[in-house]
Amino acid sequence: MPLYLNDEQAMLRDTAAEFVTEHAPVRHLRALRDADDQTGFSRDLWRQFAEMGFTGILVPEDQGGLGLGHVEAGVVMEAIGRNLSPSPFLSTAVAAVEALKGTAHAARWFRGIAGGETVAALAIDEGAKHTGRVVMAAERSGNGFKLSGTKRSVQHGHVADLILVAAQTGEGVTLFAVEAGAAGLTADPRRLADSSLASELVFDGVEVDADAVIGEVGGGQAVLDRLLAAGRTGASAELLGVGGGAMDMTVDYLKQRKQFGQPIGSFQALQHRAAHLYSEMEIARAAVLKAQQLLDAGDPRAGEATMVAKAMTGLATTLSVQEGIQMHGGIGMTDDYDIGFYMKRARVLAELFGDAGHHADALARASGY
Amino acid sequence: MTDLAAFRHETREWLEANCPAEMRQPVRSEKDVCWGGRRAVYQPGQKEWMDAMAARGWTVPDWPTEYGGGGLSPAQAKILKEEMAAIGARNPLSSFGISMLGPALLKYGTEAQKLEHLPRIARGEIRWCQGYSEPNAGSDLAGLATSAEDAGDHYVVNGQKVWTSYADKADWIFCLVRTSKESKQGGISFVLFDMESEGVSTRPILLISGYSPFCETFFDDVKVPKANRIHDENKGWDVAKYLLGHEREMISGMGLGQSTGGNPLVEGAIATIGLDESGRLADPMLRAAIAEFDVRARAFAAMSERFIDELKAGRAHPAQPSMMKYAGTELNKQRHELVMAAGGSDALEWESEGSGGGAKARAWLRTKANSIEGGTSEIQLGIIAKRILELPS
Ligand SMILES: Cc1cc2nc3c(=O)[nH]c(=O)nc-3n(C[C@H](O)[C@H](O)[C@H](O)COP(=O)(O)OP(=O)(O)OC[C@H]3O[C@@H](n4cnc5c(N)ncnc54)[C@H](O)[C@@H]3O)c2cc1C
Ligand SMILES: Cc1cc2nc3c(=O)[nH]c(=O)nc-3n(C[C@H](O)[C@H](O)[C@H](O)COP(=O)(O)OP(=O)(O)OC[C@H]3O[C@@H](n4cnc5c(N)ncnc54)[C@H](O)[C@@H]3O)c2cc1C
Repeated sequence: MPLYLNDEQAMLRDTAAEFVTEHAPVRHLRALRDADDQTGFSRDLWRQFAEMGFTGILVPEDQGGLGLGHVEAGVVMEAIGRNLSPSPFLSTAVAAVEALKGTAHAARWFRGIAGGETVAALAIDEGAKHTGRVVMAAERSGNGFKLSGTKRSVQHGHVADLILVAAQTGEGVTLFAVEAGAAGLTADPRRLADSSLASELVFDGVEVDADAVIGEVGGGQAVLDRLLAAGRTGASAELLGVGGGAMDMTVDYLKQRKQFGQPIGSFQALQHRAAHLYSEMEIARAAVLKAQQLLDAGDPRAGEATMVAKAMTGLATTLSVQEGIQMHGGIGMTDDYDIGFYMKRARVLAELFGDAGHHADALARASGY
Repeated sequence: MTDLAAFRHETREWLEANCPAEMRQPVRSEKDVCWGGRRAVYQPGQKEWMDAMAARGWTVPDWPTEYGGGGLSPAQAKILKEEMAAIGARNPLSSFGISMLGPALLKYGTEAQKLEHLPRIARGEIRWCQGYSEPNAGSDLAGLATSAEDAGDHYVVNGQKVWTSYADKADWIFCLVRTSKESKQGGISFVLFDMESEGVSTRPILLISGYSPFCETFFDDVKVPKANRIHDENKGWDVAKYLLGHEREMISGMGLGQSTGGNPLVEGAIATIGLDESGRLADPMLRAAIAEFDVRARAFAAMSERFIDELKAGRAHPAQPSMMKYAGTELNKQRHELVMAAGGSDALEWESEGSGGGAKARAWLRTKANSIEGGTSEIQLGIIAKRILELPS
């Protein structure tokens, strides 16, 4: 398989880019923020995503989706990143779908996801940094379980219809599907730097039936790994969009802005940094596509490729937004100008599912050092 | 799909049967690289391996068969590469003929020129060197002064080249000469000639690595038949630039190593530093530096694969080799800094037997040329900025 998009994938990329740019450009994020929106995204837009088929990309065809892969999900993620569009696409259409695929929960949730009615959230982190560790406990109770503990940084956690929760049962990690409105579950949404909302979710003896278990009791780590591989690859693609969008804005600015009687883009000091930035973004792009293709092929090397993708996009996009602000000069520091929004979104995505350091460390351990 | 699977199967069996054991060892120093040529001195297994591969056209798998190539499709060539990597097979032949002149001849040579030179390159019979740089024409290559005067059926070439790698070991040279002073880039021609021609002399220059001499090369009334000119007179710059793209592509992949067979940097670090109780390299700062490097190296490996795939499909931007050259060479330098940091005093040895004659230190020093030769990193960044990002002058 050549390492570039085939014709159908390229067509989908163009469609997604056009759609998201038209319906949810940075202006859309700004409007939600200025209106102090408490949902964090637009339900209307989510339904339009469904009409375009995007929300069902990873959903099997016989369950109302398109039955496509991570490469295809990634082109939508990148369009979302480039436009900084607030959307539950990553948590719902990518991570949750991957986790539920092939389980009894698929029938319950996939039509709603593909139809743009359902939003899912991922309750997997318990501290300020993603570590992958699960401490929260699920005790057996009646024919089910009782969940107690606190999850942090749950995007869309306060509005989700479905919450995937990782907890320890005696047998090991188990993943649960908890429905919105469960008794004993409270959400405390907090506004983040990028103006998105993430909740602290408190589970105070939340009772769930045995059939809330996703997969096997004690077999949740495998499901969680699948969820995380998909989530990380999707987040990498979104980072690619954020970094690429910031880079394009910056390069355009270098061509427009005049100082010393010339466009600043004619100064070699800036040209060389822009060219270096371009190289980093291209390399990150290759790493992401590699991870997506390997995931889609079910290749055992996908795990490490995913670490590389998340770490490399973290590094490249961080550079892109930092250079973006710097090369914009004073105007880059203003709220009126979009580049700062890219900086903020990149920071949030860099932390999501483990930052560059987390993944470099994981890669080192996987390589035996 | 089944055709490719069959090709993979046959290739695997053939490689298993024909690649000598000595040629499945990692390349440790420049001496392990097979360059061919009239005066080549071969290590055990080297010539057999080169000849066996050349007989199938697999020293140049994607060249047409009539010029000594294997006529493989891009997908087949990729499979061959993967299968070679899988058994750790060395490259059977490294040559400026394959990586630089060949592609330029394929594009700009006449049929007679192709038939004369390409098969001999493919078989490793002729070793080529590159006569581009001059004392006053390095980054500003088009400022070159070596003159070629029209003398009817031939040119008379006078001047000096510098940094000519292996000029003292090469059989032929591809050389840029000035055929007109009227225009800087439009007065250059691209010619080929035998290094044994009368009036050619070379003087080796020692590198900081203590080996791999490159040379000063002098031309004193050298007669070069006009039939040896590639492309039109005064149109040599087109050929030169096209060839440079291939040179950059080649240099970008240098030292990337094969994807299988472990990671020598990590193995070296574990050997000198050791692991702590939790199985981590016992120097946390170095471990972090190597881990970040590992991320970048693997991402770059994906980029190389993507670049080759796009190139073969005609989708790559023509200036993309500059980006590959820039990123690949900076990465390779970084790798060797880490090798030295991990090696400690062991890596500093210059002559001892145990160190392979100072292989690590010499390789480290040699890599510093990667971001200079074939056009410096600064020149590549300038090309990316202007031709890809379209920033103003
Ligand atoms: C928070 C803040 C507070 C400020 N407060 C004040 C204040 O109180 N009073 C006041 O007078 N000013 C103030 N400034 C303005 C500040 O001094 C300018 O922003 C600064 O001088 C840069 O000018 P510029 O924003 O026009 O950027 P530009 O000059 O447009 O520069 C854009 C980019 O191009 C680069 N660049 C420009 N020329 C070259 C060159 N020749 N070679 C290489 N790179 C080049 C710059 O380094 C920058 O990265 C403030 C700025 C900020 C951000
Ligand atoms: C190991 C090795 C092998 C080589 N083999 C060959 C060979 O086989 N054949 C051959 O013909 N040549 C060969 N070269 C020569 C090589 O191509 C030149 O060294 C290279 O093009 C740089 O030219 P220069 O050394 O004259 O440096 P200069 O052009 O003098 O550059 C000096 C410094 O200035 C910088 N600089 C120059 N111009 C600019 C600019 N416009 N903007 C920003 N920075 C600039 C450069 O990047 C560099 O850092 C080899 C070089 C090395 C090191």
